[in-house]
Amino acid sequence: MAQKPRRTSAVEKKLVGVADVVIAAAQRRKDPTLAIPVRSLSNVTFNQRNGLIEMGKRKQARSFFNVGMAKKFMQTVLVADALCELQRANLTTSLREIYYRTKHTIKNSHENTLDTQDESDPLIEDLEVTLAALREELHVRAENAGSVVGPLVLVDDGDRVDCAKLGKGGYSVPSIVEPEYLQITRCTADFVLLVEKGTQWNRLSEDKFWRTYNCILLTGNGQPPRGVRRLARRLHEEKRLPVYVLVDNDPWGYYIYSVVKQGSINLAFESQRMAIPKAKFIGLSSGDPESYGLPRNVGIKLNDKDIARARELLAYTWFQKKSWQEEIKRMLSSGLKYELDALANKDFQFLTKKYLPRKLKEKDWLD
Amino acid sequence: MGISAAGMYGQLTTGKPVQIISRTSARAPAHYFEVQIDTKKNEPQILEKKQIDWESQRGTQVTMEVEGRYQKGRASVDEYIEQTIIANPHARLTYLTPEGETKEHPRTYPQLPPSPREIKPHPYGIELGMLLKMLQDTKSHWLSGFLAGDFSRVSPRLAEDICKAAGLSPRARPRDVHGQAAETLYKTIQSTKIMAPPTNCLSPIGETAILSGLYQQIKGDFYTAASRPPAVYRGNPFVIEAGLAYGRGSEQGQESQEKQAIPLAEGEQQQDDNELARVIRYANRVPLLYQQSACAIFKAVLDTSWRNYGVSQSRGALPSGPMVIFVHMASVWVPFTSESKEAIADYDEIRKEITLALRECGRRLGAFLRRRERADSEHRRRNIFELYIEEVVESCNRLKGGRLPTAKLKEQLQKMALARTGGEKTDELLGKNGSGPEGLPHSIIVTPEGVEGAVPVLIGEAPGGAVSSNGAPAEEEKTAKPSRLTGKTRRRRRGQRGTAGKPTTRAMRRKA
Repeated sequence: MAQKPRRTSAVEKKLVGVADVVIAAAQRRKDPTLAIPVRSLSNVTFNQRNGLIEMGKRKQARSFFNVGMAKKFMQTVLVADALCELQRANLTTSLREIYYRTKHTIKNSHENTLDTQDESDPLIEDLEVTLAALREELHVRAENAGSVVGPLVLVDDGDRVDCAKLGKGGYSVPSIVEPEYLQITRCTADFVLLVEKGTQWNRLSEDKFWRTYNCILLTGNGQPPRGVRRLARRLHEEKRLPVYVLVDNDPWGYYIYSVVKQGSINLAFESQRMAIPKAKFIGLSSGDPESYGLPRNVGIKLNDKDIARARELLAYTWFQKKSWQEEIKRMLSSGLKYELDALANKDFQFLTKKYLPRKLKEKDWLD
Repeated sequence: MGISAAGMYGQLTTGKPVQIISRTSARAPAHYFEVQIDTKKNEPQILEKKQIDWESQRGTQVTMEVEGRYQKGRASVDEYIEQTIIANPHARLTYLTPEGETKEHPRTYPQLPPSPREIKPHPYGIELGMLLKMLQDTKSHWLSGFLAGDFSRVSPRLAEDICKAAGLSPRARPRDVHGQAAETLYKTIQSTKIMAPPTNCLSPIGETAILSGLYQQIKGDFYTAASRPPAVYRGNPFVIEAGLAYGRGSEQGQESQEKQAIPLAEGEQQQDDNELARVIRYANRVPLLYQQSACAIFKAVLDTSWRNYGVSQSRGALPSGPMVIFVHMASVWVPFTSESKEAIADYDEIRKEITLALRECGRRLGAFLRRRERADSEHRRRNIFELYIEEVVESCNRLKGGRLPTAKLKEQLQKMALARTGGEKTDELLGKNGSGPEGLPHSIIVTPEGVEGAVPVLIGEAPGGAVSSNGAPAEEEKTAKPSRLTGKTRRRRRGQRGTAGKPTTRAMRRKA
């Protein structure tokens, strides 16, 4: 692994800082306290100027000598310890391994330090924001949950990967795609198409859509993981490629698009690095069933959860554009949602042969 | 079923008569009878009657042979006997099992219950048919005399008033009152205001005796008992008594703690038991084993909101937890739902009394649980910091590359922890909260340190008495209860005074 040693030590220093907080507080007979930025809707703002969701300044105190927080504090220190161990050994690991590494039964008791992974995961995110260190810098990776195919040549761990010669399956996007791990050596594509669903990505890949339209096909299998988002961002930034997002026509699809474009609420601190404010929403739009002649019977009735989520979206500051308000309201008034797969009702290759070509030709997308 | 039905059943299944030996005093001879029932005429038949020599000076012995299946577990002979002991701690029971074992259950309560007094029926409590029969059978010559003489709480004046109100002559011959006149009389009686019947005819078990019975038979951490004042339904006086035993007892607690020492894996829980409470029901000291759900007692237990007392309870279900609920109804006439005498009928007055008694027990249990909870949480609060300091210090040490003066950091943190959890004040609070059933009348609390409260005196026949004091379920019979004896309370042992034994009361105080 190619790495810059200086940067690693900076993260290590930050992690050791957690121990310093405890030691310093103990010396002054103060309650050891960590100030952790709040990760919720109430502490994010949408920056109109750069089009990003940014984290506010509110922080919550996590102190040791508080019955409600003592355990969490202890766990935070434990996780920091495990992360530091990773730094020193220069290894990367998964969230689950961190959980197993930090789990043990506390001496002279029947209590475990952690009971489930649900307890350790948020602590890692807490440390990310508190120490202003990226997850990749902490050497924690997620599963490879994304694929890419197209005229793109990458170097991963010194291996040359030509994404045009990987058949239908493509290249599995690793969770850490920072330049020191993954280099983009050649890219001749005209744009990036980020598809929500693996099934539709397979359809496009099989039909060699990327060859016909000279584009890079990316999928995140649902909510795109950090690796996929970061790769899209790098292609957008470094190779000046426009990014188009193809999702289902439902509130969750809209939100996936908004996460790609402006960043997520939970990881607002990552927006700077991940978000692509110029990303375009290519479909499926609530107007498409009409303009592409999709019959009403391939729609799915919106359930209560969908409706509630759509209402929430309507209230988000980053969905205030007139076109977006119309888009969401149109879906609500029709009472139906459509999956990308529903396009197969017309023809198996409708997506590749008709839908996308027409969309691209007419430049029919939302910003 | 009652003794006559039991004898009948024996006669039908084995053809053998009931054998009875009875003796009233040491000076009188013992009588031996063999009795059968003439099933055609529904009359008793005495097959044999003689005077015999008998080793007991006083008492009655009934022997009958019946056919049946001997089983263990629910609704078994063993359960019946176990429950009988709880409600009759004044009695000594010897049980010769079919397996050839001899189980001795000594007395655990020194006082005999007072014998009930006989009373005349209360006018509210009789049916029309009964009234007609009484009119026929009475020895009185006048109607008013019949009313005043054959019923309780009817004065001669009231009797005349009733007659007048019913439009009958007080001088009428009781035998001549029948048909329409009797019905009018019956209705008039029901609408006349008559004083409630006397209650000295009842023989309740008493709170201390119930407490003693529960404490001796059931393992637990907390016991309580509550008696209601006498009440009346349809002219029949009755008393409701309730008791409660909660917890697993200290021995089982220790066992489960040892079990927990194994580190828990993901998804495993500390202890997930959904054990439901057990209800034991009695009518006049006799356990009711069948038809639980048809019984007013069971319904009252279900309708009590146990959640108010810190016990969890699903909708329409028994409360859950290691708990035994004891309810006894003493009455001159227990209204059973059927002739088999398995369940008590649901009268509003009875239901109300049961509910009130259960609530009283529940309140005390709630107080006990809250107190224990408070002590526990205080204890936990202290432990939390103690436990986590170790972890935090170790982690910090590793973060600092093992170059940390750990002892110093640990000491600093521990000092702070002590200051924050109140130090000695907490200790005091703990001691105070964890003990003493103050404010909880007729209750016993068992803690690992000892037993507190109205602990009953233990009576053994011989010193060290071959006490096979059996635990609640039959399987636990052989387990001794050493923790009980190591209490800080004093216990007295006494020579037992059996029903026919010599009244040698040898009191001996000893510190256990």
